[in-house]
Amino acid sequence: MSMLDKLSRLKVPELSRRAFAAICALTALALLIALWLASGQHTFDLFQTRGQIANRERTLLIFSMLLAALVLVPVYYMLYTFAWRYKTGHDHKYSPNWDTDKKYETIWWGIPIAIITVLAAVTWVTSHSLDPYKPLNDDRQHLKVQVIALQYKWLFLYPDQEVASVNKLVIPNKWPIELDITSDAPMNSFWVPQLSGQIYAMPGMSTKLHLDAQQRGTFKGMSSNISGADFSKMNFTVESVGIEDFKTWVTNAKQGGHFTADSYTKLAKPGGAQPVTYHLHDKSIYDNAIMKYMGGHQ
Amino acid sequence: MSRQKYESPTTNAVGLGFWVYLMTDLMLFATLFATYGVLRGNTAGGPAGHDIFSLKLVFAETIILLVSSLTAGLALLSAHAGRKTRMLQLLVITGVLGALFLGLEINEFRVLLADGHSWQNSAFLSSYFTLVGTHGLHIFAGLIWLVATVWYALKRPLSPRFMQRLTMFSLFWHFLDLVWVCIFSIVYLMGVLA
Amino acid sequence: MIFASWLGKLDWSYFWHGWVQFGGQIATVGGALTVLAALIYFKKLGWLYRNWLTSLDAKKIGVMYIVVSVVMLLRGFGDAIMMRLQQILGSGGGHGFLSGDHFQQVFTAHGTIMIFFVAMGLMFGIINLILPLQLGARDVAFPLLNSIAFYLYLAGVILVNLSLVFGEFGAVGWLAYPPLSELAYSPGPGVDYWLWSIQIAGIGSTLSGINFLVTILKKRCKGMTLMKMPIFSWSILATMILLLLVFPILTATLFMLSLDRSMGMHFFTADMGGNAMMYINLIWAWGHPEVYVLVLPAFGMYSEIVATFSRKRLFGYTSMVWALMAICVLSFFVWAHHFFTMGAGGNVNAFFGIMTMVIAIPTGVKVFNWLFTMYQGRVHFDTPMWWFMAFATTFLIGGGTGVMLAVPAIDFQVHNSLFLVAHFHNTIIGGVVFGYLAGIAYWLPKIFGFKLHERLGKAAVYCWVTGFFTAFMPIYLLGFMGATRRMEQFDPALQYQGLFIISGIGTAIIGLGVLLQVVQLGYSIWKRKELAAGHDPWHGRTLEWSVPSPAPEYNFARLPVVTERDAFWVAKHGGPALYSGPFKDIEVPKESGVGLVVGLAAAVFGFGVIWQLWWLLPIALAVIIGTLIKQTYVEETERIIPAKELKA
Repeated sequence: MSMLDKLSRLKVPELSRRAFAAICALTALALLIALWLASGQHTFDLFQTRGQIANRERTLLIFSMLLAALVLVPVYYMLYTFAWRYKTGHDHKYSPNWDTDKKYETIWWGIPIAIITVLAAVTWVTSHSLDPYKPLNDDRQHLKVQVIALQYKWLFLYPDQEVASVNKLVIPNKWPIELDITSDAPMNSFWVPQLSGQIYAMPGMSTKLHLDAQQRGTFKGMSSNISGADFSKMNFTVESVGIEDFKTWVTNAKQGGHFTADSYTKLAKPGGAQPVTYHLHDKSIYDNAIMKYMGGHQ
Repeated sequence: MSRQKYESPTTNAVGLGFWVYLMTDLMLFATLFATYGVLRGNTAGGPAGHDIFSLKLVFAETIILLVSSLTAGLALLSAHAGRKTRMLQLLVITGVLGALFLGLEINEFRVLLADGHSWQNSAFLSSYFTLVGTHGLHIFAGLIWLVATVWYALKRPLSPRFMQRLTMFSLFWHFLDLVWVCIFSIVYLMGVLA
Repeated sequence: MIFASWLGKLDWSYFWHGWVQFGGQIATVGGALTVLAALIYFKKLGWLYRNWLTSLDAKKIGVMYIVVSVVMLLRGFGDAIMMRLQQILGSGGGHGFLSGDHFQQVFTAHGTIMIFFVAMGLMFGIINLILPLQLGARDVAFPLLNSIAFYLYLAGVILVNLSLVFGEFGAVGWLAYPPLSELAYSPGPGVDYWLWSIQIAGIGSTLSGINFLVTILKKRCKGMTLMKMPIFSWSILATMILLLLVFPILTATLFMLSLDRSMGMHFFTADMGGNAMMYINLIWAWGHPEVYVLVLPAFGMYSEIVATFSRKRLFGYTSMVWALMAICVLSFFVWAHHFFTMGAGGNVNAFFGIMTMVIAIPTGVKVFNWLFTMYQGRVHFDTPMWWFMAFATTFLIGGGTGVMLAVPAIDFQVHNSLFLVAHFHNTIIGGVVFGYLAGIAYWLPKIFGFKLHERLGKAAVYCWVTGFFTAFMPIYLLGFMGATRRMEQFDPALQYQGLFIISGIGTAIIGLGVLLQVVQLGYSIWKRKELAAGHDPWHGRTLEWSVPSPAPEYNFARLPVVTERDAFWVAKHGGPALYSGPFKDIEVPKESGVGLVVGLAAAVFGFGVIWQLWWLLPIALAVIIGTLIKQTYVEETERIIPAKELKA
């Protein structure tokens, strides 16, 4: 008997038309996504991370996905096998009044409790170790940048380097960065997915984010919180460059004219902006942007 | 319904529903209290509580409301005793006291506005006017209810239906008293002492 | 000055926005006029008024809720199609057909409508249809209040649709975070439409909550102790407790935002000491429990359906009750997980993250109990059971991604991203929508006396599930690519377009499912004789299946007496009879137009605040108060159905 004959006589459970259609649909979806993947270069920012904070967050993301899979796979297995086995007509054991069993119920209060305990421990530790307010483990002085979200652009102030930059954040590679973030507009959220998770930019308040880049390159940044009609245009880039290039950039950036309180007022008016740099003269701009919401009678 | 045994107006379905309503109203006030608690320091350079509150006046308001609560309770007792006229008299007194309370409160607001302390001037003032004003609106609603109740009772006997409503009104009025005691302690006393 | 003009902020320029909006205006006005014209032409206006609009029969009110919800579902779904289309166009380098502001209005309307006017409407609809029947009660505790609550909900619906014709809707997201939603940044009437449509509907929800809570506590039939109550009723009890505790928070919060906007107050403004974070805390103190308000009834429906179609007792009834109450309590301690990115610090974030995960425990228990209800059962795969399988298949993934989101350090990366969008659609479509559609397929025969067409129903389930996965798996992927939500334009270099197109295909498949359901309903009405359901089409377990279909106005000719859980099942299998004793006269509530008047006046009130027509407010309020006071003089609120009619 040929192999083919043998195979054709194998008894497989009859696949219903519906199950077949479901498999077809799933296959089609997978094919479509595969086709899309093959169609070009795609960056999965959350996995293709380029900074130590984002790296650690990615590890955590993958860990939690595996943990979820550990629970979900057996549950899916039970769901479909129970549905199949106890489908009417399949004549398996029928116990219409069996409705409680302390042993079983203890098990499935127990399993989720155990898994959540593990995840809770991980959560407790990482909520502290990955707190955006926590400086990076680095002996070097963090590079300080003040970030102001405006309607519809980002202003980056380097008080120590005396540089102001619009819509472009240049940082030295592998150097710890400390960002002070506020908003002189409705609430925004500062997000550079390949470097670190996000934090809100809120008017009248200052939040903090510590990050670094572990590779040279250009990374996309955005506001991930709705803040007005054109907030989708609040894109900026982060450029990670060598320390020497950074110094050169600082020198060149200062050629761009003086940035004063007046320039700030002009820039803060609603509207988009192209990347541009200035020589920062007034170092109180950031504090004033916060303080102006603190005052009373105007 | 007819086969159900008699239940008192506070524990039957209507009474229970009214208790539940009062609880939701309590949540509403709790939210306003919480907001006031958070915002009371945010005076935006304007006056704080101790600059503008007059305890004397508020104490008078408190006494008036407490007495009106007492008369509302007595009115209910009179109704239970079948003394309709006495009940009506007590209800009218309750209403007069309530109106007096509301008048004093409106006057307090008027003075504050005249002194330039509008709700537009700071988060503290916004939350103060809203919390106290919401209580005032409740008092106003209670007064409408009271007038409707008295009007209804003038020409009608004290039916179980009426007793049910009177009980609920009385509960509502006590509830407002309770909320006011909280306002008095948290807003005014703590405001002045701060 | 606020009294500057009798016309308030009304301005004719609000009529014209552009051609795209004009389409919406025409569709809304045209739709309303067509329905009205049809009613007049077929001389059905009086019939509608007498038999439906003024009816205090909970089942009829339930049907009205469902009809309105389905209409709103179509509108919300239309919004979804517009958004997806715009994102397809806007991620490929084009501008698309929606401006940023208009796109934002569309997704704000989509979220608001789907939660408040579809999910809440369907929920109250189904509760009205079934809860009294399941409790062995003739009616809800407060029939008139029920009608008023419905019309307050309808007032919200009217306002939300009016915004399409006249003015604009909020462009601020469905929870309208300040300071964006404050006057300084949103000066138009859009946010006010948002505020007052849900404010009025929300007050209706609170009233309904009181009604159903008291119904459960006071109207159960003889012998039905709480622990003998069907699990769906238990889920409603838990839901109503939750609802009553949190909706007042919503009311107060919306009230304060409204005062900011209309009276110049400073609760949540950026300046003058306002605190926007307070709003965000308060709105989520309502908002997260609200999610459970929506999903707990669905859990209850699944519990009934799995037991019924497995022809087996629900496994772990006591566990289920505990799980329900645990979710109910825990859901109050998780709200801050919506803003881990506020920078509250490790301790706060860890606490709320862990509390969120803890909710997965009772939810997991429920899943296991459903599975073991099927175990050693005889599972019949009718449409409702298909919905259950669809739910389990999708919801589990949503639960998994939810637990991921609960870890603050992960949340920093997926907060506000399309991953989040995929997650909550995963839970809300998979959990809530499938549940309510299951509930409708399951219980509609009891109300109308015929089953819905089986094959069309199953085809619809098919489309919903495959459509769902096709629409939202790409959205998860986009989240992983670092795509944020609420964007109408993406840099084409990011190459998001392909995934948006796949997602669009999924939306179309879901659309086919919706269409199939509309066809299914029409076809089933047409073939109602052939599809006629007896009183017990699914071999049910609970009291609602013991009365004829359609259920009579008075529900029960004689009130049942139960001795056990699954009372009807027990009775069918040789247990004690449910009904005995003589027939007696029945009182049912008389028709009343009070709800209609109150609801319309509330809509007028809302319209007045939105457009600052201050003189309108005392008039509307006087109408409401006057109507209610007048009602206290109505002595005969009930009519009698004599005992001899019942025997016939």
